[in-house]
Amino acid sequence: MTTDTTPYSSDERSTGLPAGGPNPPAAPDVKPGDSLGREAWRRLKQNKAAMASLVILIVMAIICVAGPWFMPWDLDEVDWEAFMAEPSLSSGHLLGTDANGRDLLTRTLYGGRVSLSVALVATVVSLVIGVLYGAISGYVGGRVDNAMMRFVDIMYSLPFMFLVILLMVVFGRNIFLIYAAIGAVEWLDMARIVRGQTLGLKRREFIEAAHALGVKGSTIVTRHLIPNALGPVIVYVTLTVPKVILLESFLSFLGLGVQEPLTSWGVLISEGKDMMETAPWMLLVPSLFLAVTLFCLNFLGDGLRDALDPKTR
Amino acid sequence: MSKALLEIDNLCVDFQVPSGTVSAVRGVSFTIHEGETLALVGESGSGKSVTSTATMRLLPELAKVTGAIRFDGEDLLKVTPKRMRRIRGNDISMIFQEPMTSLNPLHRIGRQIAEVLGKHRGLKGSAARSKVIELLNQVGIPEPERRIDSYPHELSGGQRQRVMIAIALACEPKLLIADEPTTALDVTVQAQILELLKDLQQRYGMAILFITHDLTLVKHFADRVCVMRYGEVVETGETQALFTSPQHDYTKMLIDAEPQGTKAMGDANAPVLLEARDVHVRFALKKRLFGKSEYFEAVRGIDLTVRRGQTIGIVGESGSGKSTFGRALLRLLDSSGDITFEQVDITQLDKNGMRPLRSKMQVVFQDPFGSLSPRLTVGEIISEGLKVHHPEFTRRDRDARVAEALAEVSLDPAMRNRYPHEFSGGQRQRIAIARALVLKPEFLLLDEPTSALDRSVQVTVIELLRNLQRKYDLTYLFISHDLSVVRALADTVLVMKEGQVVERGIAAEIFAAPKEPYTRALMKAAFLTSPVSAA
Repeated sequence: MTTDTTPYSSDERSTGLPAGGPNPPAAPDVKPGDSLGREAWRRLKQNKAAMASLVILIVMAIICVAGPWFMPWDLDEVDWEAFMAEPSLSSGHLLGTDANGRDLLTRTLYGGRVSLSVALVATVVSLVIGVLYGAISGYVGGRVDNAMMRFVDIMYSLPFMFLVILLMVVFGRNIFLIYAAIGAVEWLDMARIVRGQTLGLKRREFIEAAHALGVKGSTIVTRHLIPNALGPVIVYVTLTVPKVILLESFLSFLGLGVQEPLTSWGVLISEGKDMMETAPWMLLVPSLFLAVTLFCLNFLGDGLRDALDPKTR
Repeated sequence: MSKALLEIDNLCVDFQVPSGTVSAVRGVSFTIHEGETLALVGESGSGKSVTSTATMRLLPELAKVTGAIRFDGEDLLKVTPKRMRRIRGNDISMIFQEPMTSLNPLHRIGRQIAEVLGKHRGLKGSAARSKVIELLNQVGIPEPERRIDSYPHELSGGQRQRVMIAIALACEPKLLIADEPTTALDVTVQAQILELLKDLQQRYGMAILFITHDLTLVKHFADRVCVMRYGEVVETGETQALFTSPQHDYTKMLIDAEPQGTKAMGDANAPVLLEARDVHVRFALKKRLFGKSEYFEAVRGIDLTVRRGQTIGIVGESGSGKSTFGRALLRLLDSSGDITFEQVDITQLDKNGMRPLRSKMQVVFQDPFGSLSPRLTVGEIISEGLKVHHPEFTRRDRDARVAEALAEVSLDPAMRNRYPHEFSGGQRQRIAIARALVLKPEFLLLDEPTSALDRSVQVTVIELLRNLQRKYDLTYLFISHDLSVVRALADTVLVMKEGQVVERGIAAEIFAAPKEPYTRALMKAAFLTSPVSAA
């Protein structure tokens, strides 16, 4: 459909403007609107708590990734002179050692790599699959929705441990399996949340208006449904990250997760709790890292939710 | 008119918000005497509801209230919370706008009425029950003995509002605050509820503070009127005097805000743009894999011929199927029957086949707050259709078209970088019209486009629609429950009831001499019985 077939050409139309009108057709001097992303970033910057959290998280990620290269100790290096040594400057073990004489700071940083990467990968997987799956299911509705959600129900009813053990048996013990197993379970909740949001949004008039404009279904989902469902999604993501970190430590605790000498925050905490009375630093150090991370994630999540909502100024 | 019952003296309400202080009410004073009806009239944001909520001391904590509210000689702003609870529901009670949400859906209505009786009168058990039945009887609920055990969802909107009134009247209050009690109801129900309130007022001799935006109701209902704007009282006076000789410009404007004029009959020989034959729409209530599914038929066989340049008004109460019919015509809903647009049978087209036609048939919805995506800028919203129908346009082209469309609806084109929530209802409705217009349609479905707007804004939107129609030879299908708006815009009218057309014909003729009893009832309820004098 070109403009020529419409009953009035664009020229006629611009001359037909009211003379006293605010002088429009040559008006594209106004800067094109900021995209939602840039606008959101501007608002996020004003939120001090969220920005501080973001900085801490970035620093945390950098020291976990790069830190171990600068440490005098290796992950599995045993200091024969310091078993369960207290944190001290003189021995070089800034945060002490564990029962096997390995440097706790080094191990915590290595553990951070595992925990943060599991959290990141599993959350991204659950976010992408869950949001798309839920939005499509809710938007299409009817039989498709029914079939898609029954699949989710079946996945729910599979015992998680059974799934993990099955994967272990087939593929052998491997860190990527943990990513896969956790990701495969976490997206289910997300899909349900997004579907619920979509069902509510679908009836709103702006979706109907998009239909009346002839907008394609895929565009409606990505442009109208998903952005408007973001609020609860972000809140849920900030809940997912700690859940995933704890789930990984649970798997490792059962011997299904990361394998010694590799470690994670969850493993370190569970080791530390056994030594709580004799060597409290073994519990406190990894717990502190984990707690700070989760705390920052919550603040950042709140900040993101507000920043992505155009109503908050 | 005996002694003063409620005296509000220099009432100010300030809200502390992050960006500073918002003064919702600034120095309002008025008096209600025993047994009289005072109407508090104003448009949205005028502070009328805040005033009444302050009287009940129901405002949130962050509101700062100063001044004096003397009820029966007692300053309500100074009494203890405990004393206030005794006054609420007992001496002053309140009914709200939304009968759908102001009753607790989990409790039977009898229990909700009995709750007030138990609290203030100490009535329990069978004594309470017989009192509740008596109350239900008084507010005109049929079969009160059976209805007392109904849940709110089993009642219609009008019946729920009657239950709310029963709760409010349970303790025979001296003052009833009615906050837009009929706004959410159909016109015929509205008339019944007002009748009931008048009747009960005489029986109990109570005073009514009647809050509304609708001046037509005030004229028929109130003894005195208090007009508010921007949190201040603009004018107070006896109803008769106020309507015949309003003193303040704003009052004059409000009274004149009744939509004026009519549309001249369109050319009877103009080419047919849209034609519908025997349109049915049905919704599945229960779908079964095997056996018979249950259906509800919302539209039951309607014929319609729309000629270019016409405005067809569809009038009906909620549930009459008028919006459903409109959506079916645009193929936003599945229907049976034939619909042709420009001689093309569009019922046979699939989604992709419909797409090129979409730019010629556009729609403007009722709720300006729901019809714009909150996460897109105004520019993105308006340009969405251009992206679909003119993929060859560059970003610059689109931007220029958006600016043009905004100017067309008298909005500043610089506003296109802002988000919908920054605009008022009227402005949003203009944005929705711009979204439709930017595609240069020929046919526009207007689904209650003015119903959510203040009267004064309504008039400007109607004026805009009229000008656009004249300029671009647009064809309108105008759906509304508001007869005065339809009279101002439409040249042909269809009256719908329960999915069928009750009466159809030339607008002027129908408004002058309605033939069907249902149409007459509608007009009487809308106080349009003497169309000539009101127009």
